[in-house]
Amino acid sequence: MSDLPLIPEIIISALLIVGGFFTLVGSIGLIKLDNCMSRLHAPTKASTLGVGSLLMAAMIYSFASETGSLHEVLVMAFLFVTAPITGHLIAKVNLHRLHQTKDMPPAPSDHVWGTYSEK
Amino acid sequence: MLSRLLPHPMLTAILAIAWCLLVNEIKLGTVVFGVMLGLLIPIATAAYWPDRPPVAKPVKLVGYLVMVMWDILVANVVVAMIVLFKSNKNMRPAWVVIPLELRTPEAITMLAGTITLTPGTVSADVSEDGKALLVHALDAENPDEVRDDIKQRYERRLKEIFE
Repeated sequence: MSDLPLIPEIIISALLIVGGFFTLVGSIGLIKLDNCMSRLHAPTKASTLGVGSLLMAAMIYSFASETGSLHEVLVMAFLFVTAPITGHLIAKVNLHRLHQTKDMPPAPSDHVWGTYSEK
Repeated sequence: MLSRLLPHPMLTAILAIAWCLLVNEIKLGTVVFGVMLGLLIPIATAAYWPDRPPVAKPVKLVGYLVMVMWDILVANVVVAMIVLFKSNKNMRPAWVVIPLELRTPEAITMLAGTITLTPGTVSADVSEDGKALLVHALDAENPDEVRDDIKQRYERRLKEIFE
């Protein structure tokens, strides 16, 4: 790192700290929150920005030090597309476990939620 | 004629760009090969995706993506604050039902993905007939407000883009 100019070095360090912070918060949320659906919120969001800024730091480092690399953009794009799907699958498993508890609203107009569909 | 050669122009562009990123260098050769892949793959797979929705306003789609990116940034800070500084007792998790005006599956998928990535909400399920989304909010004082916010901010824009 010693041959990097000062400004990129500061930006990279800041991004690494932000990334580390949000990843940590995501993990804390996973432990701290008390029910399964709430727990889902912490990793689907906090870790997106966490990993996002770590990748951004990697990208800036590669441009500042050598030829530059854009793989990280692709990693980020796939991460943003797949995070909701993971979240949805975990939510679906949880819906099966709860199976229509009293505080869950019913689907409108005589239909059931897709997870409970008999079709 | 053009629609047979280019059944899905957006997919073509995405494939070409993804190829250049995968190879990780921008030379004439990679770009040309990326464009070739972008032309051939949509033609080869067109039969498996017959009802692909035309994206009516691609420029608006870009604007929408930028807005969602910004919202993701805000969402992260909001959720981090809730996780760190709010005790579990004071939290009001709530289920929210969002009646949908969108009809194309692709648009509903986009909406569900956006909801999961943005402030304090995760989309959990869609109703059997595809006319309502079940959303879980981490900390909602007023579930109706959450519903109206999502409908105003995201669904209206997606409806313009896709329908």
